[in-house]
Amino acid sequence: MREITSQQKVREVVEKYGGVCEKLVQILLELQEISGQNFISKEVALTVAEEMGLPLSKVYDVITFYSMFSVEPKGRHIIEVCKSAPCHVNRPQSVVNMFESALGIRMGETTPDKTFTLQHSSCFGACDISPAIKIGDEIYGNLTEDKVLEIINSYREGYRNVNRS
Amino acid sequence: MSIEAKLLSANFDRIIPDSLEDYKRFGGYNGLKKAMNMRPEQIIEEIKLSKLMGRGGAAYPTGIKWEQAHEVKKFPKYVVCNADEGEPGTLKDKYVMDKDPYKLIEGMTIAAYLLGAREGYIYVRGEYKKSQEILRGAIKNAVNANYLGENILGSDFSFDLEVISGAGAYVCGENSALVESSEGRAGRPRMKPPFIKISGFRGMPTLLNNVETFASVPVIMDIGGEEYASYGTDYSGGTKLITLSGNVVNKGVFEVPFGITLREIIYELGEGIANGRKLKMIQMGGSSGACFSEELLDTPLCYKTAKAKGLSLGSGAILVIDDSNCVVDFAKCITEFFLHESCGKCTPCREGNRQLAKILDKFAKGKASKKDYVSIDRISNAMTNGSFCGLGQTAATALTTSLKFFKEEFDAHIYGRCLTDCCSMSEGEE
Ligand SMILES: Cc1cc2nc3c(=O)[nH]c(=O)nc-3n(C[C@H](O)[C@H](O)[C@H](O)COP(=O)(O)O)c2cc1C
Ligand code: SF4
Ligand code: FES
Repeated sequence: MREITSQQKVREVVEKYGGVCEKLVQILLELQEISGQNFISKEVALTVAEEMGLPLSKVYDVITFYSMFSVEPKGRHIIEVCKSAPCHVNRPQSVVNMFESALGIRMGETTPDKTFTLQHSSCFGACDISPAIKIGDEIYGNLTEDKVLEIINSYREGYRNVNRS
Repeated sequence: MSIEAKLLSANFDRIIPDSLEDYKRFGGYNGLKKAMNMRPEQIIEEIKLSKLMGRGGAAYPTGIKWEQAHEVKKFPKYVVCNADEGEPGTLKDKYVMDKDPYKLIEGMTIAAYLLGAREGYIYVRGEYKKSQEILRGAIKNAVNANYLGENILGSDFSFDLEVISGAGAYVCGENSALVESSEGRAGRPRMKPPFIKISGFRGMPTLLNNVETFASVPVIMDIGGEEYASYGTDYSGGTKLITLSGNVVNKGVFEVPFGITLREIIYELGEGIANGRKLKMIQMGGSSGACFSEELLDTPLCYKTAKAKGLSLGSGAILVIDDSNCVVDFAKCITEFFLHESCGKCTPCREGNRQLAKILDKFAKGKASKKDYVSIDRISNAMTNGSFCGLGQTAATALTTSLKFFKEEFDAHIYGRCLTDCCSMSEGEE
């Protein structure tokens, strides 16, 4: 199931921010969010460049600079495992292993049904419950095997009712 | 008596974060009201008396920064908050934004009043989307109650505040990179001078401070600079939010008076090392900070004392590392972080991090030799002295300091042994 961000939609978002270059990062963040697959497609980038009167290279300079942007489609939910030092000393590898076996994919991969992408990330400010993971805006820590399964299922079913700490 | 001192964090978990009523009930906006009845020189004097120093890492005296910003006679001026908080092991700014957002808003409003600024921006890292929402809600409430917007509290002072989101880049915490990013571009640091205070956001004079710095100002205005300073040491005034992480029992954010020792922080607030293990190493100030051993545990928290021992408080992150961890593996983790976060603009940082990561990989695989120490020395010197911005200048700090304290552990790897079995010591899968 692929959600195409139509040219019309891109125009709406650009318009919402007044079309000013200063808002390029904010516009791209919003477009990526509504892409459904956490990425900025070539078509979207082209339309943004056109609508804002920017060279395409300038748009890609921004997209490729920031780690939150992707040019490749990803899963609907991105599961990020922190690999910065404060989490590292709390052995995040066991968490990675739990997710890999529960999802049947390796680090960096996307599930065939395009629901989940498993990737590493730098510290996102959850070092108080490390090793921590982040899915969208939600953060989970102090993970056990049971809790990992519970979290995954909650996203499969579209619920978000897991205890987070 | 607790060794914490709750000035800035007094409202944490006591108020509904975005309730302006709650905030006001506990003295909120007293600081702004006082400031609006003071002359600019008086406001600056109070902040100088407080001995408040920038809480973002560089510890520049806030009173002097505000005085310089006030003296610039070019308008419009902008007030910008650095809420990028990318330093690993730091979440104190998030605590302020999530638990008492009006403190930050009030602090920025006082700055705007002093400078005659009409617009302000809070640059929040993209990963903190929830904090962004909380701030947006609080800003809206403040506008409705006339603490922001047109003619604040019936005066002729008007100030608008907006939240800008980052998109995942540690270097955007550097002040000129932050301004670049706020203007919608890739966040690569700018050449300085001109400094931000003269030519920052939209090429105009910009006052840029950290979240904790701004949020401390209402407290200072309320209780007075001298009273605030008295909580700390002679040199470092007031209190500091620290983030305790790693292998301690009780991780989290604490507000402590300057002067308290690291031992007290780790063993009292942190309740000691978790899982019955022993303390091996501490890294202070985030990933760009120094690593050191137990022998410096009695160092009091103070910018000056720390500096005398070759340390820096940085963002106030204190990472505790137990004896199950390997120093080489740890240094490798840090170096990979900087390799990933280097913006690539200058060669010492871009290539230096890459080479250090390669060398550390050799150590981890038991393939390093004594000659590699010479390379580490040469590369880290080039990075520290030749990098364009603070990222490259501090990226090798963890490695060089841990080499100073734990050389024998690096040596063991040269002889093919990792004392903790963290390193694969072979060409394994990695
Ligand atoms: C690579 C790099 C990253 C930084 N990240 C942050 C940050 O996340 N938050 C912050 O407040 N300051 C950060 N700083 C420091 C800022 O450049 C600046 O000194 C600070 O925001 C000024 O505010 P203050 O005087 O209130 O500390 C960083 C500096 C460098 C070189
Ligand atoms: S030191 Fe690193 S982050 Fe800073 S400008 Fe150079 S390459 Fe970019
Ligand atoms: S180090 Fe992992 S969330 Fe901070």
